[in-house]
Amino acid sequence: MAKKIQPFLLGGFSKNLENPQRNKRQKKLIILEQLFIVPSLSGVMIFFLAPFGVIFYYALVNNPTQGEFVFLDNFVTLLQNSAFRLAAVNTAFFSLVAVPLAVILSLGLALMLECKIPGKSQFRTFFLSPMMVPVASIVLIWQVIFHFNGPVNDLLAWFGGERIEWLKSGGAQVVVIILFLWKNLGYNMILFMAALNNIPRTLFEVAEIENASPWFVFTQIKLRFLSPTILFVAILSLINSFKVFREVHLLTGDYPYESLYMLQHFMNNTFKSLDYQKLATAAILMALVMIVIIGILFVLENYFGKDVEG
Amino acid sequence: MKQKRLISRNFITGLTCLFAVLFLLPTVLTVTNSFMSPGELAANYGTVFEGLSSKETYIAKDVNLKFIPDMVSFKQYFTVLFQSPDYLFKFWNSVILVIPIVFGQVAMASLAAYTFFRCKGRSFQVLFFVYITLMLMPYQVMLVPNYLVADWTGLLNTRWSIIFPGIFAPFSVFLLTKFMRRIPEALIEAAKIDGANEWKIFTRICLPQCRSALYSITILAFIDYWNMVEQPLILLSDVAKYPLSVYLSTINTDEIGLAFAVAVVYLIPPLLLFLHGEEYLVEGITHSGSVKG
Repeated sequence: MAKKIQPFLLGGFSKNLENPQRNKRQKKLIILEQLFIVPSLSGVMIFFLAPFGVIFYYALVNNPTQGEFVFLDNFVTLLQNSAFRLAAVNTAFFSLVAVPLAVILSLGLALMLECKIPGKSQFRTFFLSPMMVPVASIVLIWQVIFHFNGPVNDLLAWFGGERIEWLKSGGAQVVVIILFLWKNLGYNMILFMAALNNIPRTLFEVAEIENASPWFVFTQIKLRFLSPTILFVAILSLINSFKVFREVHLLTGDYPYESLYMLQHFMNNTFKSLDYQKLATAAILMALVMIVIIGILFVLENYFGKDVEG
Repeated sequence: MKQKRLISRNFITGLTCLFAVLFLLPTVLTVTNSFMSPGELAANYGTVFEGLSSKETYIAKDVNLKFIPDMVSFKQYFTVLFQSPDYLFKFWNSVILVIPIVFGQVAMASLAAYTFFRCKGRSFQVLFFVYITLMLMPYQVMLVPNYLVADWTGLLNTRWSIIFPGIFAPFSVFLLTKFMRRIPEALIEAAKIDGANEWKIFTRICLPQCRSALYSITILAFIDYWNMVEQPLILLSDVAKYPLSVYLSTINTDEIGLAFAVAVVYLIPPLLLFLHGEEYLVEGITHSGSVKG
């Protein structure tokens, strides 16, 4: 209703009467609502965008004082750096394993809670609770659980397996992946639950009348409608998988086992030596890789979910 | 058929229970273990935290995960809260870092989100895209610009080097914008006709409509920064300024009896926020659901 009246009252009316004061006021109003972003934008400019430009410059010159353009030389040097390679491979491996697991398992949890089981909201709280627990608070118990003589190894031994030095072997990645999943599944699950709720009920009714198998309902209805959420959860998990340094640092300190040497460790060490070229190049490279990966995810999602988007 | 369905539902309930136990276990264990006396901790987890003070009578070789302490002891809590200013000091460090970030971020984000909500021109779409891109960048990338700015402005090794970038973090802007866009346009138009200026529309209509989103970004920002590790390690060189989240990991091994108590104390503020605002939080997360749109 108001929408219909408004153009007549403001636009039409003022034009008819050629009232310059009104026009001026309207213009002022538009500027006013744009002003709201100024504090935030200036902060973003000062703390993120402007220095980003400088970083771009640093990544392309030989050193900040001389400022000779060397183009891709810094990138080549960085890629030849063995520490960077180790960190990149470890981080990539971690993300490749942890992100799909996070998507699949949280979808599984959401589907489980959708099954009309009793105490749904309690379970939701339980699954969400790890999110608010500071990592620093639970690393102690984590160290106990995964200790050489700890319960996980006891369980392994009971099943006839070998005891593993979890945090000082290849198993370290497993420990961190479990910790990562433990912390992040709840959030993702909430996203999936909401998306599941948004699928039109009529589709399920039709499927039931047509005697569709549960598998068909899952792949042809649920998964397709969930595809934007799957994309979002994948991106979110990807970002969070880069944050896993927290867990690693708190569990193992500054010098972790080799398989846990992450990009953040590399960055920390580079910060200590204050090698601006290396820092800038690494930051730019990572940003580019992130943008490419996210772009690919977007394209994939567009391809799979194009016909269900409303 | 019905029988089969019942069995499968019971199976799913069982599975959910199992998962719930696994999810709760670490937190519950931390809390129950915090009531153990140092002697009991040493007897149970002796070898885990090597170098545990040898004054204790018996250090076990095995690790017994224990749920319920033999004797509930509050002594370590008493020590943490009243006798060791170090922990309280670090706790206070956490508080004075996180509180300004959270309030600043919420204020900045609600202002910025209002512009994105009201202005739909091409330039604002591009700007919103810039915000989203920044939001998607991992810490490893963003810490470099933060460090440079802190270095240029001489803020390095002060709390402000962490607080300022925290205040302008774009995630809250994104979430709030998505939320505000659900406000019916008619409401704004009606207010305009009634002669409300932009500030009034913002404070009297937009903010009350997004109350749950505001609450959920508060919680999310609080949890994220309460948990911070990367920023202090890089931006603060003075260990005395470290927040408890970093300090807990460097805790002295012969204070392991205290460590559990400190861990629990550190867990209490986010826990309270979470329990108090879970519904809002879930609603906020729900609406953050998609990058598009």
